[in-house]
Amino acid sequence: MSEPLLDVRDLRVSFRTRRGTVTAVDGLSFSVAPGEVLGVVGESGSGKSVSMLGLLGLIRDPNATVTGQVLFRGRDLVTMPDKELRAIRGRDIAMVFQDPMTALTPVYTVGWHIAEQIRAHEDITRQEARTRAIGLLEEVGIPDPARRVDSYPHEFSGGMRQRAVIAMAMACGPALLIADEPTTALDVTTQAQILDLMRRENAGGSAIVLITHDMGVVSRIADRVLVMYGGRAVEEGPRPAVFRTPRHPYTWGLLDSVPRVTGPRLRRLPAIPGMPVSPLDIPDGCAFAPRCRMRHAACTERPALAGDRQHRDACWLPTDDRAALRREETTP
Amino acid sequence: MLTFALRRLLAAIPVLFAISVLVFLIFFATPGVDPAARIAGRNADPATLAQVRHTFGLDRPLPVRYLLLMKHLLISRDLESFVNRGSRVVPQITHAMPVTLSLVLGAAVIWLIAGVLMGTAAAALRGTLVDPLIMLVGVIGVSLPVYWLGEVVNLFTQNRLHDSVFAWVPPLGYVNLTDDPLQWALHLLFPWLTLAALYAGIYARVLRSELVAALNEDYVRTARAKGVSERRILIRHALRCSLIPVVSLFGLDIGALIGGAALLTEVVFGLPGVGKLTYDALQNVDLPVIMGTVLYAAFFVVLANALVDVVYAKLDPRARHV
Amino acid sequence: MTVLLRASEVVKRYPAGRAGAVHAVNGVSLDVRAGETLGVVGESGCGKSTLGRCLVRLTDLTSGRVEFDGQDITALGPRRLRPVRAGLQLIFQDPYASLNPRRRAGDIVAEPLKVHRHGSAGAIRDRVAELFEVVGLSAAHLDRYPHEFSGGQRQRIGIARALATRPRLIVADEPVSALDVSVQAQVLNLFADLQDEFGLTYVFIAHDLGVVRHVSDRIAVMYLGEVVELADAEALYAAPAHPYTETLLSAVPEIDDGSDPAPRERIVLTGDVPNPSDRPAGCAFHPRCPYARDLCRTERPPLTEAAPGRLTACHFPLVSSSRAGAPTGR
Repeated sequence: MSEPLLDVRDLRVSFRTRRGTVTAVDGLSFSVAPGEVLGVVGESGSGKSVSMLGLLGLIRDPNATVTGQVLFRGRDLVTMPDKELRAIRGRDIAMVFQDPMTALTPVYTVGWHIAEQIRAHEDITRQEARTRAIGLLEEVGIPDPARRVDSYPHEFSGGMRQRAVIAMAMACGPALLIADEPTTALDVTTQAQILDLMRRENAGGSAIVLITHDMGVVSRIADRVLVMYGGRAVEEGPRPAVFRTPRHPYTWGLLDSVPRVTGPRLRRLPAIPGMPVSPLDIPDGCAFAPRCRMRHAACTERPALAGDRQHRDACWLPTDDRAALRREETTP
Repeated sequence: MLTFALRRLLAAIPVLFAISVLVFLIFFATPGVDPAARIAGRNADPATLAQVRHTFGLDRPLPVRYLLLMKHLLISRDLESFVNRGSRVVPQITHAMPVTLSLVLGAAVIWLIAGVLMGTAAAALRGTLVDPLIMLVGVIGVSLPVYWLGEVVNLFTQNRLHDSVFAWVPPLGYVNLTDDPLQWALHLLFPWLTLAALYAGIYARVLRSELVAALNEDYVRTARAKGVSERRILIRHALRCSLIPVVSLFGLDIGALIGGAALLTEVVFGLPGVGKLTYDALQNVDLPVIMGTVLYAAFFVVLANALVDVVYAKLDPRARHV
Repeated sequence: MTVLLRASEVVKRYPAGRAGAVHAVNGVSLDVRAGETLGVVGESGCGKSTLGRCLVRLTDLTSGRVEFDGQDITALGPRRLRPVRAGLQLIFQDPYASLNPRRRAGDIVAEPLKVHRHGSAGAIRDRVAELFEVVGLSAAHLDRYPHEFSGGQRQRIGIARALATRPRLIVADEPVSALDVSVQAQVLNLFADLQDEFGLTYVFIAHDLGVVRHVSDRIAVMYLGEVVELADAEALYAAPAHPYTETLLSAVPEIDDGSDPAPRERIVLTGDVPNPSDRPAGCAFHPRCPYARDLCRTERPPLTEAAPGRLTACHFPLVSSSRAGAPTGR
């Protein structure tokens, strides 16, 4: 088995607050192979965004603590001094965020931003950087790139801005692109275009970690899926396996409660009772237990991520016939 | 851009007109205040009063008086002071302008540099002790009234320590730049520092809070994710955006100060600027001079407002298309 | 099948300085039948939110007519409109912005009762408690402030407020967009329960095609201020008549869990969702339509019945007796 590009082991991110210590990410482990697309799914409070910010050293809150191991090409990012980490950020690992409207400093042109990205890591002239920026804008499908390179961010529409941001992120050819809800703020047709773009970038060799709450998006683009709840991983595996034979009750709940565009029309959707757990309030034992219809005595102890090498889940239910248990759960 | 600036300046004219009418009504048409009595003196007899009224056109109808006043002030520029007979208002103002300009511009340079340095340092070092210390210094600067601070400074430089530490400090007053640059600067040194103390504190606080907000913005997060150094983020991203509101504030402050808002500083340090001129005129109820200085001040405030809008559009591309 | 709300040629125009005017709603006619849920779906700039506000007269119409329960409410002044408002309510999109942060939850819900002089203070208190129970909140929540609630709970407060005066029709503007998936399902179920219990009629505005499909009986698809298709939910999703609807449906990322044997063919649209201040001539969709022909560039298609029960604004609808369209390779 080839060496993973990114190997996260027991990542923990906690914040010291007036109300005590809040653990936003609680022992998360996962890996990303070169060229793979990992979809990270979760709702609010699941820790999916915080974990990625944490592993890149982007959490600036002095009350935050990040522990664990994050091995990127064998080097641990958690213990790395910021100067070295900066060399990796943008060049080897790039990150794209949710809201394209606020992602770029409004007083500089789009071309300036892309040039800044390149010149942060490569020693080239402004003219060369500008030429490359034009090329990048063209690659991501922005019309009239030679003119648009001198436009300001507010002159772009949301979809175009997100493309420009992706172009900027890919400028130095990173091996890994982390995208945090990149299409949530966009219309569905624009979303489809951006997902196509990301697939193209992936075909060019970059691995992608795509964070989203939208199961459909994950289903369309991911090779593997990681489901998070309460700062922990609850299920992880290849996309077809997780979607066709999900093992964790939370995953069942998520898949069942999404209103589909195909299949039977339901007046009432199966809903997970209660609210997503808040990081302030995570119970001992399994974080999902309070909302789980299948909870039992064993759930007072936190389950570890277990299963075969490919498809794992963190649940005490017997591993044999989860599909049958799932059917049992949905019949009242 | 040019049409934009011109439009803003043209919009200033009705404002100035309104202000002039208001000042006129307040000072010249308030019932119970008889300008003639002020001019002629307390115990003037009715004949003298009538004479004075006629000479100064005070017996004409209000609108006519207003128009006459404006004509003398702006067109023929021979409007005379009520108090210092023979002395014309417009030249008085123009002579006082360089003094005020020297004071204000010099102080502005000092307070801008100090304010920006203090604000940036406080924001960059927030969480450490340095931040609240700097802000404390700023608050002290804001809290000390100019007239008090100025007098205290004078107490030490002109009086108590004049023979020892501050022997080099010249007496209060003003020296023309063209006559003796060194003396010009020395005479203005403490006035500059006193005036700047107030504004530096304000600007440090404003800049610090703008910077702290900017450092929490999404675009700073993006820049960090790009691998840009913290120093570059602070200066090229956060500071560049934070300075925009500071520049607006600066423009308005300068406008007001050139117009004579540095009144107290000038009085305390004996600088014959527009502020002191206004102060004296108010004390003596010298109506023509008051009218002249108020209009002069209003003009500069309006001008500053218009310029600030233009500069803002230059600095913030989002404001250009409006 | 009575018509409870009827919109006729509703136009809402906003002046836009040098750019002329923006027609946020550009001639919309539709009927809402008593007891049904009419879904209104579209992307940003399509005018669905503006239409919703026009329907409840939260904004004035530039032209056109809105009739509620047989009464023409288009030009009613605030005083005459007030009794109408008791029967016609709006639920807002943003549960974080639509509740006054300085008021307690109970007071927020009591306000419409006070405005419509529901009764004594005691009667109002009782009704508020009843409403809270109906939406799944408890008496303990009455005295709390909005910031103490989650998004889903806040939306429930908004729903309780809308229900207070026993309305007959509720226009819900993106009521679940800001909510997590699991909470969304709960709130949608609440909508269904309330409809059954109180005989409500809904106009349900959303951009999420999955959500709209499940809650609606009929669906109106909007594009650039116009209704381009209106049909039964089942029929619309099975066989869209308007090319835009077809593109929209094909763009939705579907969950592949093995249950759907035939995934939809993807139609990729080029370009951005257009700006409402820049409406193309002829058919609004023609610049991006894969089937566009000459007629589409010059003449705006009216909303007509292409097949029984299928209204569409297209010269060459995809569903009709004589379908003669293949993509013209745009």
